[in-house]
Amino acid sequence: MTGEPVLEVRDLCVDYGVGPGGVRAVTDATLTLRRGEVLGLAGESGSGKSTLAYAVTRLLRAPGVITGGEVRFHGPDGVLDLLEADAATLRRVRWDQISVVFQSAMHALNPVARIDAQLTDALRAHRARLGAAERRERAVELLRLVGIGEERLRSYPHELSGGMRQRVMIAMALALEPRVVIMDEPTTALDVVTQREILDELMQLKDRLGFAIVFITHDLSLLIELADTIAIMYAGRIVELADAQRLFHSPRHPYTLGLLNSFPALHGERVRMEGIPGSPPALTALPAGCAFHPRCPFALARCAHDVPRLTEPAEPAEPDGAPAARSAACWLHTGGEHVPAPLARVLGSTP
Amino acid sequence: MTSTDTTRVVHGPKRPGTPALEARGLTKHFPVHGGLRRGRVVRAVEDVSLALPEGTVTAVVGESGSGKSTLSRLLTRLTAPTSGELLLDGEPVGGSARARRAYAGQVHLVLQDPFSSLNAVHSIRYHLRRPLKLHQGLRGSELDARAAQLLERVSLTPAERYLDKFPHELSGGQRQRVAIARGLAVRPRVLLADEPVSMLDVSIRLGVLNLLDELRERERLAILYVTHDIASARYLADTVVVMYAGQIVESGPAVQVTDSPAHPYTRLLLSAAPDPRRREPVVLRGRGAPPSLIDPPSGCRFHPRCPLAMPVCAETAPPVRPAAGDQVAACWLLDPERAAGTASA
Repeated sequence: MTGEPVLEVRDLCVDYGVGPGGVRAVTDATLTLRRGEVLGLAGESGSGKSTLAYAVTRLLRAPGVITGGEVRFHGPDGVLDLLEADAATLRRVRWDQISVVFQSAMHALNPVARIDAQLTDALRAHRARLGAAERRERAVELLRLVGIGEERLRSYPHELSGGMRQRVMIAMALALEPRVVIMDEPTTALDVVTQREILDELMQLKDRLGFAIVFITHDLSLLIELADTIAIMYAGRIVELADAQRLFHSPRHPYTLGLLNSFPALHGERVRMEGIPGSPPALTALPAGCAFHPRCPFALARCAHDVPRLTEPAEPAEPDGAPAARSAACWLHTGGEHVPAPLARVLGSTP
Repeated sequence: MTSTDTTRVVHGPKRPGTPALEARGLTKHFPVHGGLRRGRVVRAVEDVSLALPEGTVTAVVGESGSGKSTLSRLLTRLTAPTSGELLLDGEPVGGSARARRAYAGQVHLVLQDPFSSLNAVHSIRYHLRRPLKLHQGLRGSELDARAAQLLERVSLTPAERYLDKFPHELSGGQRQRVAIARGLAVRPRVLLADEPVSMLDVSIRLGVLNLLDELRERERLAILYVTHDIASARYLADTVVVMYAGQIVESGPAVQVTDSPAHPYTRLLLSAAPDPRRREPVVLRGRGAPPSLIDPPSGCRFHPRCPLAMPVCAETAPPVRPAAGDQVAACWLLDPERAAGTASA
């Protein structure tokens, strides 16, 4: 991906609650989203992936508090620091420049308003000069974009199937042609066939309209097919960041490796897989040092007290000559340590 | 994989001897109350014959609305069938209260959501002691010894650490293990697991699937694994049964069905499933959504979505035919006369 950055997150920290009862949900998150790119955020429940997305859009509700960092949005009128922006600026940017598709379309649509009213609402607020006829025209256009016929304009949400409701949500998010669309588990509640249809349409729209996507999901196998770059989160930290193919074929963080080994394959020999022993930690009782060390098969002595930073792994350049545009937060890769074979694979070798 | 008598194909793993649980021609039509369609029925499960031999895992795969959960509820007798019968160890299951209770001691259901299937105000000890008291008639110190044993069987060790905990103190995976342990308390022959891992975190799903695998081996349980995730069905099951719109459309050995699917619907499911190893772009083998089960399509219920549909598919429902070895499918493409001249995909 060579596009210019459109959203830059630096050292973002988010707490839930303040004082002794507070917990840190996101720690030092640093990410860059480029134009037209799909950035995947993967992690288990409680890993902070949704919190990160809501903090970036300033949609986080109390007791969530952003305690540090910087979020720079590259808009049409220059760079904007979203964490410093006032309410009026945010109102202008949200939906117009950055829109969000929420997880549950069943609950995100207003059950007592017709589809056309919900679709034109954002147009009315952000495009005041449009007349009613133009708004309606745009609503029809948007529905057609996501493969729904004009006759559904006067429907209520309960008259649509789950897949159609999710399509309406996507149409609404695209209504003002934003630069960035944040999607929080947009297809989790849907059947695989519907999920695939919607994702196909979404990728075509992305290529045509040129927006960038932050795609949040727990389904890493789906993300590898979909995303350009993937960030893996564990206990509030980004533990590995790499392009999708590198992440899949040559993971560097033991947690990424464990996650990849948690999805049974659709082909090949059936082999017993072990997943990851133990369960994710509660944010109120995070282990010292690397939060993953109690579950890590390769843990070193220092993992129990020193927190590893997200850095480029100390290793020879990739065989394709490209700079290793990847990073992992793991002491195994800081040089001097023996790297276990599964974490030392290079792209192109058979996994 | 199937035994054919004159009229009926019985799906499920083929093993010598009498299966632990067998369903014959199980059908469920739910009446529609109120509204314009009052007096009509939802054809949720249609003529399903399934045998679950001990020591096997049978996976039922399908989209929401395919009838897979209704099937598991019919098998637990939580829902009364419209027609068809159940045989436990070859004996027809009676309808008396005593027979029901005996059945509940033999066939146990593990639910999807371990956050709501355990009672929040009771300890794990209480959850495990109750079935031991009610079904096994145990009393006193024996109860605690057996409860601890149960926890060890689902790899929650040391048991003392868990007995006095409450559900909210456990993780999702641990809760699901407690739910399974509670099921094992009645010494069942059959375990029906309805989406047992779909609510769990990705990294602990395999642990629960591997536990089901061990229970099959060690305790010789007959396990029905209901899921929408065809990859996990391939991983765990001996036999995969594919359901569409209330009917079984294909069944056979798990690897064979997923590697060389015979029914176009199975191909569609596989083409849509996430697969990181996929190199070429996804080509969906069919479009659209499952039909209404009040007015199911005529003939083959899949024909409106099928990319290979022929005229006959809209008229007559296809019979179940052998595809290869123990793999069977209900599709006209398997009929040598009908399929002549049609390119198979």
